[in-house]
Amino acid sequence: MAKQSYVSLGERVILGIDHLLATVLSSSPYRWSSGVLRRFGLRGRTLVIAVPWVWLLCFFLVPFIIVLKISFAETRWLGTPPYSPLFEWIDAQFLQVRFNLGNYFFLARDSLYINAFLSSLKVASVSTIFCLLIGYPMAYAIARADTKWRNVLLLLVILPFWTSFLLRVYAWMGLLGNNGLINQVLMAVGILEEGQPLVMLNTDFAMYVGIVYSYLPFMILPLYSNLEKHDLTLLEAAVDLGCKPFKAFLSITLPLSMSGVIAGSMLVFIPAVGEFVIPRLLGGTDSLMIGRVLWDEYFLNRNWPVASAVAIALLIVLVIPIMVFQRFQMQEAGASARR
Amino acid sequence: MNNRSYFLLTALVLGFAFLYIPILSMIVYSFNESRLVTVWGGFSVKWYGELLNNRQMLQAAWLSLRIATVTATGAVIIGTLAGLVLARFGKFRMRTMFAGMVTAPLVMPEVITGLSLLLLFVALAGWPLVPDSRGFSTITIAHITLTMSYVTVVVQSRLSSMDDSLEEAAMDLGARPMKVFMLITLPIIAPAMISGWLLAFTLSLDDLVIASFTSGPSTNTLPMMIFSTVRRGVTPQVNALATIMVAIVTVFVIAAGVMMSRQERRRQADVRLAAAAAIAGTRG
Repeated sequence: MAKQSYVSLGERVILGIDHLLATVLSSSPYRWSSGVLRRFGLRGRTLVIAVPWVWLLCFFLVPFIIVLKISFAETRWLGTPPYSPLFEWIDAQFLQVRFNLGNYFFLARDSLYINAFLSSLKVASVSTIFCLLIGYPMAYAIARADTKWRNVLLLLVILPFWTSFLLRVYAWMGLLGNNGLINQVLMAVGILEEGQPLVMLNTDFAMYVGIVYSYLPFMILPLYSNLEKHDLTLLEAAVDLGCKPFKAFLSITLPLSMSGVIAGSMLVFIPAVGEFVIPRLLGGTDSLMIGRVLWDEYFLNRNWPVASAVAIALLIVLVIPIMVFQRFQMQEAGASARR
Repeated sequence: MNNRSYFLLTALVLGFAFLYIPILSMIVYSFNESRLVTVWGGFSVKWYGELLNNRQMLQAAWLSLRIATVTATGAVIIGTLAGLVLARFGKFRMRTMFAGMVTAPLVMPEVITGLSLLLLFVALAGWPLVPDSRGFSTITIAHITLTMSYVTVVVQSRLSSMDDSLEEAAMDLGARPMKVFMLITLPIIAPAMISGWLLAFTLSLDDLVIASFTSGPSTNTLPMMIFSTVRRGVTPQVNALATIMVAIVTVFVIAAGVMMSRQERRRQADVRLAAAAAIAGTRG
């Protein structure tokens, strides 16, 4: 083979990997271990599937089973762990199973928990709607912007997402406080009287602002990637045939973008239901969010069984939205695979 | 310009103002001499000085950086495997359940993930190979579980957008699967792996809830320190910290963006080259 006078860096790296690989694959330890594995019926393919599979099994599925188990246990105020065992051997002969539904009855009876669930769902729904109202026009504008601007605008949407979420929530404390920037500006302009600030921090309003602000990029990005793919000739055809632009938008663009709307809404709604940090920092002391109730139940009351029952109940509430999200996620992966 | 463009322009300007005014206000106030937000006491960098002398904060930051580095590396390894499995392995037993478990952590409320992992670590305490006390290792395991999903999604979508004809060609010419992966698949997904690493790193560095659940009493990560400081109100030191983090992230994201667009242009050539090398290698 004729030797090339110039070898590019990429070529050198690839030839290097090739050489290394050849050495490893022909080395005796590799051959020996792959032979042993093959004898047990394990091939490379199985191993590649097994690593993430086992990890998820150990650290995703098993933990949920433990939570489910503990949600049926009784609280023991003294002792570690602070809950009663579900299965117990009596005299090494009988397996006693104590299946305690008390924690769930407790949740159902105490209006605190029901109200927390309802208000979490309300807060998450309202926040999702506001994210959609703000995010849709932005995603649309970016998708229709000049190509050279598009990447810059997209980067501007992503940039806040890369900076600390906690610090961005904290920033609103400085803006919304009684002595905060917004009150300062309003007083300087004369809309508010000196010394009579608008109370915004530690209210539901601040909590909504925080949630919409934090989750807005999650709404914009899936909407953008959907809107960007649209075939604009459809709109042109509609307008040519005498359709008003707004009507064309309603009857063509909006229906076509529904999968983006669903993806974005689920990405906002599901985590927002269980949100803890934003209600704790921006919301009032009386703001009842289920994430906060779970946190307090665990960290303040040290009531592990009730905390577990809250987690299971929350999961049951969210199971349908999560399945909708996953179904969409798979469709999207399948769609891009076909392209 | 018609009405529609004006509307879209206004939406963009207001939207970006909403996204950026809080961040800008933190940066401005971090240089404020006065402790009060109400008063502008002149330009000063004294809060940065105080931050650098805050040993607790620095220790927490160091711990968080270590956790984030290990997390990102682990998440890229496991997440890439999962992405490869989902995009290229076709059907296998319990694939639906696998796919479901991979994507669920993306939307799972953090309080649930945190509580469930904590209860796992408590239940396993005393078993062999399980760390004695909660801290660095338990937080890292929890963070890998959370962030690998993001890596998987990024890698999977990258693989799905590339057709597998190159891989098939190499296979047809007799290259072993391992060789195909190293020489063809890996160069294709390298950009996705890099962005996945950065994503996992940031998510880990930023996580408060899961770290609070899975850490021991003596472990404090940076977000936990910030949270306990901030709960007592606005402090200029945190503004300084935020400014430093925003600066680092901005530089990183812009550099990564520039690098990746350059890489993208080179990739086409490299992929062709890789295929050629693999084919030449299998012949020789």
